[in-house]
Amino acid sequence: MANYSTNEFRSGLKVMLDGDPCSIVENEFVKPGKGQAFNRVKLRNLKSGRVWERTFKSGEQLEGADVMDTDMQYLYNDGEMWHFMEPNTFEQHQADEKAVGDAAQWLKEQDTCIVTLYNGAPLSVTPPNHVELEIVETDPGLRGDTAQGGNKPATLSTGAVVKVPLFLNIGEVVKVDTRTGEYQGRAKAD
Amino acid sequence: MNWQPSASTETLRARAHLLAQIRQFFHQRNAFEVDVPVLGVTGVTDLHIDSIAAQCNGGEFFLQSSPEYFMKRLLAAGSGDIYCLGKAFRDGEAGSRHNPEFTLLEWYRVGWDEHRLMEEVAELLRHLLPDSLPLHKFSYGELFLQHTGLNPHTVALQNLQTLAGEVTGNPAFNEPRSTCLDAIFSFAIEPKLPDGLVLVYDYPQCQAALARIQPDNNGQPVARRFEAFLNGMELANGYWELTCPKEQARRFEDDRQQRRTAGKAEIEADGKLLAAMQSGMPECAGVALGVDRLLMQLLGEQSIEAVMAFPLSQV
Repeated sequence: MANYSTNEFRSGLKVMLDGDPCSIVENEFVKPGKGQAFNRVKLRNLKSGRVWERTFKSGEQLEGADVMDTDMQYLYNDGEMWHFMEPNTFEQHQADEKAVGDAAQWLKEQDTCIVTLYNGAPLSVTPPNHVELEIVETDPGLRGDTAQGGNKPATLSTGAVVKVPLFLNIGEVVKVDTRTGEYQGRAKAD
Repeated sequence: MNWQPSASTETLRARAHLLAQIRQFFHQRNAFEVDVPVLGVTGVTDLHIDSIAAQCNGGEFFLQSSPEYFMKRLLAAGSGDIYCLGKAFRDGEAGSRHNPEFTLLEWYRVGWDEHRLMEEVAELLRHLLPDSLPLHKFSYGELFLQHTGLNPHTVALQNLQTLAGEVTGNPAFNEPRSTCLDAIFSFAIEPKLPDGLVLVYDYPQCQAALARIQPDNNGQPVARRFEAFLNGMELANGYWELTCPKEQARRFEDDRQQRRTAGKAEIEADGKLLAAMQSGMPECAGVALGVDRLLMQLLGEQSIEAVMAFPLSQV
């Protein structure tokens, strides 16, 4: 892979740091008028998800990381691995629990996700920002309570538990923002 | 195509007003404005400042990183108190507080030392800023000791490297003394400076630049250099100026050696500055102040681009 100098560090650039692939989050140029220039860099470790802060002398270089975000269709879970397919090549990839992480609770078969490949193998999975899932378990709905605030937990078909308004019932399909885990509304009937 | 300026018309009016107020301040105090060239035959030898080369009339010139050398030649020619308000250029410097081309105010006071000049920096800022300005004055040594527990003048290099490694998150910080001091000051001290105007004086010898070196009250040799920070942002850098041509020539040579070691472009010493100093440069103090940053502070802007008509990214 190519090397990148601090002045090429842009948000989203993938580089290797301490043996792990990282994504640059922020790059701040700091220089005393008469002194050494530095770049104070925030990087997200793509394996752990943790954000590291590291200061480099300006002009220092990091090796690029072979990391690619690819749109893939989620196929199924075999009890151990999650299976995805590249829609153009039909090539299949298997992601383990570590790679899928919290995304597992939003994965619905046939939905398109972003699978991040590191050296060709799934490193992490990002679900769609919005998913539509069926309620499989919740307390019975209360009629006439559509205007009132108040909500209740509901378990969705993928196992995720979200707070929904009191009037919703089992079998209804709701739209959820996967970044916040918040209920967005009832899914519109097709 | 985005052809528009990055600063609002209102901001550009505030900039014009600021420039007028600065000129008024020096006019009232009998320093006259000099208009010196931006193109010079040599660049600056400073290890950490890179001049931009330019072709002109078939020869190579350098855009000046400050008007210092030309102004010192004017001082040696008997100008007396002078100021310059113009553009300076430094390659590779770009960020929320840096643009490679920027506006610098530099002035010299004959017969003054840096402490008298620090007072004038405070007076200038009081003239320009609408609100009252708290003033703090610390020696570099006491500030460093207060924030790190270390004496910056005497601490062993290894201990400085350890601390610099901690503040940069880079355990193997095997850098020279001055780089360690820069890292520690930038990341562990500067962010904790109080609001208002903070004047820091008596710098470590290895950061003397063009300031004279003299023992302080404890007999510790220090650089008679100061910096001004406004609400935690570095704003100005000044010296009780070196006037000895031999010492100046030695510093040029030291700089050039350091540049060679670092693999940086070779820069000639400015022979005309040395000749001017040989003929006799008056005892004086001088300071350079970043006008764009001052405007950022006046307007509460977080980015230097917001106070410039056309930053480098938009020229």
